[in-house]
Amino acid sequence: MQKKVFDDSIEYFQVMDENGAIDQALFPKEVTDQKIVEMYKWMAFARALDAKALSLQRQGRIATYAPLVGQEGEQVGSALALGQNDYFVPNFRQHGVFLVRGAPIDKIVLGWRGYEDGGAVPKGFNALAVAVPVATQLPHAAGLAFALMQRKNGGAVLGYVGDGGTSEGDFYESLNFAGAKKVPLVILIEDNEWAISVPRSEQTAAQTLAQKAMAAGIKGVQVDGNDVIGVYKVVKDALDEARKGNPMLVEVLTYRMSMHTTADDPTKYRSDAEVEAWKNKDPLLRVRKYLQSKNLWDDTKEQQMQDDQRKKIDDAVAVAESFKEDPTSMFQNIYSFMPEVLNDELEEAKEAGFWQTGAQ
Amino acid sequence: MMANMVTALNNAHDLIMKENDKVVVLGEDVAKDGGVFRVTDGLFQKYGPNRVLDTPLAESSIIGTAIGMAIGGLRPIAEIQFAGFMLLGFSQLLNHAARYRARTRSTLTVPMIVRTPVSGGVRTLEHHSDSPETYYSHIGGLIVVEPSNPYDAKGLLIRAAHMNDPVVFLEPTKLYRLFKQEIPDEMYEVPIGKANIVQAGDDLTIIANGTMVPVVKDAVAKKGTNAEIIDLRTINPLDETTIIESAKKTGRVMIVHEASLSFGLGAEVAARIAEKAIFELDAPVMRVAAPSLPYPQPGYEKYFVPNTEKVSQAIDKIMSV
Repeated sequence: MQKKVFDDSIEYFQVMDENGAIDQALFPKEVTDQKIVEMYKWMAFARALDAKALSLQRQGRIATYAPLVGQEGEQVGSALALGQNDYFVPNFRQHGVFLVRGAPIDKIVLGWRGYEDGGAVPKGFNALAVAVPVATQLPHAAGLAFALMQRKNGGAVLGYVGDGGTSEGDFYESLNFAGAKKVPLVILIEDNEWAISVPRSEQTAAQTLAQKAMAAGIKGVQVDGNDVIGVYKVVKDALDEARKGNPMLVEVLTYRMSMHTTADDPTKYRSDAEVEAWKNKDPLLRVRKYLQSKNLWDDTKEQQMQDDQRKKIDDAVAVAESFKEDPTSMFQNIYSFMPEVLNDELEEAKEAGFWQTGAQ
Repeated sequence: MMANMVTALNNAHDLIMKENDKVVVLGEDVAKDGGVFRVTDGLFQKYGPNRVLDTPLAESSIIGTAIGMAIGGLRPIAEIQFAGFMLLGFSQLLNHAARYRARTRSTLTVPMIVRTPVSGGVRTLEHHSDSPETYYSHIGGLIVVEPSNPYDAKGLLIRAAHMNDPVVFLEPTKLYRLFKQEIPDEMYEVPIGKANIVQAGDDLTIIANGTMVPVVKDAVAKKGTNAEIIDLRTINPLDETTIIESAKKTGRVMIVHEASLSFGLGAEVAARIAEKAIFELDAPVMRVAAPSLPYPQPGYEKYFVPNTEKVSQAIDKIMSV
């Protein structure tokens, strides 16, 4: 006997196309014009912060930096889809999500300057810490979702990962745990086409990354990641679905317009023509077209917004740069208590001025 | 109650879960089966599927989800079936559990216990017999404890469950059912970070952990040496004070561990003694350990694990200096 025992497909969503035209059938009713203006401002803010960060890095004022330019649509759209009790679990490129969720900008910059103090999570700020080892943050997202389910507070968790991260075991293990335990988890794949120098086409033979959900018995969908409204809708629906015990995988199709981090040169591994082609799909451009067509936006408003955002960013950078180092804090944030042996090392270091006095 | 290490640990779990409904137990086969060594036996029946979870067979996500649960307000106790399998969760322990408090300046903490059976001597399959105490101790940020008797096992687990830190809890498989001991029925704590002076003595200090504690006791009894035996109980943070005081008192120190000699616990202890008590020693510090090679298949383990004879010969040697 031979019979088909499994069959599934992946759906793709786009609400606003490259020209700013809207698919009314998919358009979420709660998204007012005002909300679209807000989305546009957040995307512009994320882009401005990103440009500033790149400039600070080039001046040696922050450490290695992972630019987000090109991915503002999916970060703002997904961040705005989060409910009050929801959490997000970042990897290392979600500056836009941190911004929208209200993280203090000076703390974001302080983190980029290489201080753990920037990673302190304010009470009530529902997020985990930035995680560098790819996909290792996703089991935390799954466990956190389990905890929220136990606490019955109605919260769901949104975990971020890149296209390269979908090759990691932790990615699959997290989807599998989520499916098996029916936890309120959505994993969002920022498919930006490049894992440092390896293109999406060489990362896996899978036609979509969303279909990786199927192996875990959960649902996967694709959305145009440069369509902020589309991402907002798909992620919001996915979070609602997850709250009902149906975790989901969302693949957002976007493009990393800049380098992986300031430590690599993309011209070594990809063509200018490829980058150029994605410029037409810019997430801000299409929203601006839409807003202008409805007379909701003009050059004066653009200028005012940019001035306002630049000031906020500059002020935050100034605060971050006035941060006073305290090396004793390295020792004091390891355990819930101070072990004697560690205290001995701390005392020795303090006595020697941490060997920074330049005495010898 | 009379308890072996398994029943003592089982009883500790029960008391911890009764005390705090935020405690959840997770791992492979921990629910209906009660764990492959039965440490979690009966907990599923008593506390139900929301608090005792059979997880998918994936160690990285057992530890990784436990981290997420801990940050999310629960107090997970994860069981990893065997020490060798725990390496699949090594990244989660070292990259995350050990660093989360530091990385978030104590705003997010990981009150979590990861338990696993360790060490050999019970003729089990490959990868079931490793002694990994130093792997988890070297980075800092993880508390590493290892009881050698039922009383300490219960008290240390309860103490760990009351702390706000990630604790790696190593349980010597060979000692699970080796002997019984009278232990209190009620809750009690054994301090973490404090070694246990198993027996006081004046001529020689022998420092051991886990499976080697009974081996050392046996050798000392047979030799009739007036030795002070220290069971470390906590590997990290090390109880340096007890070690140095004893070294100064006896002037002779031997460290005995089942893990391989090179880069082992003995090296760390010996170095500290060299730094703080070397001029009060009458003999060079001696290490007794397994050879510097991976744990063999069970056919050869009797040649690998330090035994009473090996420790006895070492005692003769250090006492003759």
